[in-house]
Amino acid sequence: MLYGYSNLIIEGSVMTVKLALLSALLATILGLLASCAKIFGSKLSATIAVLYSTIIRGIPDLVLMLLIFYGLQIGINQITEAFSWQQVNIDPFTTGVITIGFIYGAYLTETFRGAFLAVAKGQIEAATAYGFTPWQVFRFVLFPQMMRHALPGLENNWLVILKSTALVSIIGLADVVKATQMAGKGTYEFFYFTIIAALVYLVFTIFSNAIFYWVNKQFLFERKEVRS
Amino acid sequence: MIETLQQYGQAYLWTDGFRFTGVAVTLMLLVVSLLIGFIISIPLSIARTSSKKYFSYPVWLFSYLFRGTPLYVQLLIFYSGVYTLDFVRDSDFLSWFFRSGYYCTLLALILNTCAYTTEIFAGAIRETDKGEIEAAKAYGFSNWKLYTQIIMPSALRRSMPSYSNEVILMLHATSLAFTATVPDILKIARDVNSATYQPFIAFGIAAIIYLIISLVLVSLFRQSEKKWLKHLQPLSN
Repeated sequence: MLYGYSNLIIEGSVMTVKLALLSALLATILGLLASCAKIFGSKLSATIAVLYSTIIRGIPDLVLMLLIFYGLQIGINQITEAFSWQQVNIDPFTTGVITIGFIYGAYLTETFRGAFLAVAKGQIEAATAYGFTPWQVFRFVLFPQMMRHALPGLENNWLVILKSTALVSIIGLADVVKATQMAGKGTYEFFYFTIIAALVYLVFTIFSNAIFYWVNKQFLFERKEVRS
Repeated sequence: MIETLQQYGQAYLWTDGFRFTGVAVTLMLLVVSLLIGFIISIPLSIARTSSKKYFSYPVWLFSYLFRGTPLYVQLLIFYSGVYTLDFVRDSDFLSWFFRSGYYCTLLALILNTCAYTTEIFAGAIRETDKGEIEAAKAYGFSNWKLYTQIIMPSALRRSMPSYSNEVILMLHATSLAFTATVPDILKIARDVNSATYQPFIAFGIAAIIYLIISLVLVSLFRQSEKKWLKHLQPLSN
């Protein structure tokens, strides 16, 4: 059915999932750090976070990807040359993870910021009144409630990250798009194989929707219990 | 940097001497796809919120398919996929259409933005206050009048914040056009990069141009939101 290209396409799909998961992890970490810097940080760190989230969200991901992919290598070369170290080559996978994580960290910054602000002030005041240290307030009161508010935004961003991994095939990574294009070139069945790539993404989307539906239900259930 | 700007500045902005390039092409793609996408998505969003399944289900399927797959893959289907089909090459019109990178890019962008905009508008239509509809019906409004006078004007206004987001995302999406050989900003940046071997400058200029366009669009939307959504803004002291 796949003209012997099934292994290539499966490997590509695995690569897409790996790339999406790692970049989502990096984006979440960056988003948490930057949103905390925006809300709780000093003036300097808040300014850096604001600049980060504003500038990155104003530039297309593809432009940043090319900028980082070509620019980072030259930057590293200059450093290694200056210290006369051995040349370090960065591969498309690392660049992809760094770029996508860096870009969507900026979008998640806004998601998390909104979610932090959605937590009622009284909660924090109550925790402080009970003698919680600032870290304990964050760890046991603010963070768990914030995550609940952030869930819809997280789902959205995860789906966008998943789809934006398609762009790394432009910088040469063997993801599912690249695999199907190679199969298309080999058989001249471009239409058929590109539809397969679309179906792979569609399956991932449906699967993610199902997971987030389940997670949302878990949180909703908890809330209902509290109310009754 | 100054040299690159002197040599290629014009190509980045509007022309390389033979055809339109750079910002002019990017803005053209953006405006045409948003305009057509907007017009199509209004009837689609009404169909999407319809209680009749044979109206709402096909629209749901269309928007789910286009929102569930990457735009790049959609562009590949139109640009490199469709042309390999026999019946397309046999038909004069279809082969003329799908041979052009411009038309394929526009088709992909229009269908993509249409899917997202339909969902935005459908969400706003669903959130229309029931009382407004009841009042209109009590006054004997026909269905046509109900939609054109009551539901759509308020739904379109309320969807402005999400729509402005969609516009920015579409601006970003147009950067994919270079994969279909359309000479947009990013295509020029790539050409400059291969001519000068200075990726930081070549792509940096492109990034700054996109950033400026984004900021201008955002401030335009802020201004119009202040005007059109005044009644929804929280009262300030």
